Amino acid sequence: MGDYGRKVKVIFSSPIGRKVLTGITGLGLTVFVIGHMLGNLTYFSSDPNAYNSYSHTLISLGPLLYIVELGLLAFVIVHIVLGVKIYLGKKAARPVDYAEYKSAGEPSRQSSSSRTMIVTGLILMVFLVFHILSFKYGPGMAEGYVVMVDGEEIRDLKRLMEEKFQHPLYAFGYPAVMLLLAFHLRHGIWSALQSLGAMTPRLTPLIYTLGGVLAALIALGFLVLPLWIFFSGGAS
Amino acid sequence: MADRMTIHLKIWRQEGPDAPGRFERYTVEDANSHMSFLELLDVLNEQLIREGTDPVEFDHDCREGICGSCGVVIDGIAHGPQRRTSACQLHMRHYADGDTIVVEPWRAKAFPIVRDLVVDRAAMDRIVEAGGYVSVDTGGAPDANAIPVPKVSSDEAFDYAACIGCGACIAACPNSSASLFTGAKIAHLAALPQGHPERARRVVRMVEKMEAEGFGDCSNHAECEAVCPKGISISAIATMRREYMKAAFAGQDV
Ligand code: FES
Repeated sequence: MGDYGRKVKVIFSSPIGRKVLTGITGLGLTVFVIGHMLGNLTYFSSDPNAYNSYSHTLISLGPLLYIVELGLLAFVIVHIVLGVKIYLGKKAARPVDYAEYKSAGEPSRQSSSSRTMIVTGLILMVFLVFHILSFKYGPGMAEGYVVMVDGEEIRDLKRLMEEKFQHPLYAFGYPAVMLLLAFHLRHGIWSALQSLGAMTPRLTPLIYTLGGVLAALIALGFLVLPLWIFFSGGAS
Repeated sequence: MADRMTIHLKIWRQEGPDAPGRFERYTVEDANSHMSFLELLDVLNEQLIREGTDPVEFDHDCREGICGSCGVVIDGIAHGPQRRTSACQLHMRHYADGDTIVVEPWRAKAFPIVRDLVVDRAAMDRIVEAGGYVSVDTGGAPDANAIPVPKVSSDEAFDYAACIGCGACIAACPNSSASLFTGAKIAHLAALPQGHPERARRVVRMVEKMEAEGFGDCSNHAECEAVCPKGISISAIATMRREYMKAAFAGQDV
């Protein structure tokens, strides 16, 4: 058993283990982000309470929610640690850089996205902390953000959001970060599948394109909300 | 006569592994469009020898794109701008009279510079020594048809076996990863029945060696495939990953 544990450690500290883990955590976080985006869109439901009911349902999951949250946190940490490690390894593997370097073009997938994964990734990390503090740990029922839904008093997250997105900093900062997310995923989705050994030469161009389209749709799904609130003044 | 051209060169010169390097500018007046890129360097070197300066050191052997000896970064691209072409097969007709060409050696920690454009690529040999072979008992040569190989498998194996070991994949990789080179060996032998008995051990050892030699991690930029003179697909890397995970989790003694 101890030997097996050591083996697992060896596997995941190998260059291939790092890629596989980065890919699995990346895809896991992508699935989460899609779920989050679809959840946000309940704001546009004809039922004015849909958004708050949705967030209340999640909170009511109790221990199950904590497990999911811990899992997500683990995914985020593994993804960041490995990403930074790969970036530092890249620096060490070429101490003297080329005076002149350019991509040879097709079939290379090297792009402004693939070259800046570390930058977009770290910005997303900082954003994530800020985002969780503003909303999850932002003002709640104790601060008067309460709404009655079906005879029950629940947190009025919708009001908090509408207030936040009145500020241009939030209303434009959020969409900007979502564009960076799309930029990250444009390389990330395809790359994760290649890391898991799931790609074949025939599939690659198709999956690469679909990954880019999915990345754009995710960003779009997220950024309509803050922009809508800002420009409509939060009247829903 | 119309084929005659003047080419300006900016070439990396470095006296030895630890000497500081620098770019030097040269002009070759009597180049012509029928020359290969290496012949252009030959003409430059004759000129330098006549002037009493040291010629530019560069690796080459077959000059027909099959040995993998040549390899320099030409205007920022390993083996130059022509796809699926090694530096020895790059012809000057792709350039115009008066062009300036920047020439640099492969740059990677695992490829120390020997002199000028010559780098030590022994790290690649050591990756192969770690497992890129099949063990065969000595004795009478077995009949070639003793082990039937399906046509699709032999075709697949051949696509990966086309690797000439030039190192362009590593030179072009933003991370200096040796994944395409290593993956090509693994995918080549994994496609053949002869490769099966040692496949688990092979992939684990070669991957370990790849890391120990100081090559970086792959980030799936796929730049390697774009510069490979043989056009080897990054599906070799996907195969290497599948082979590795299979070997690692199958619980075999590796
Ligand atoms: S010299 Fe043999 S491949 Fe170029």
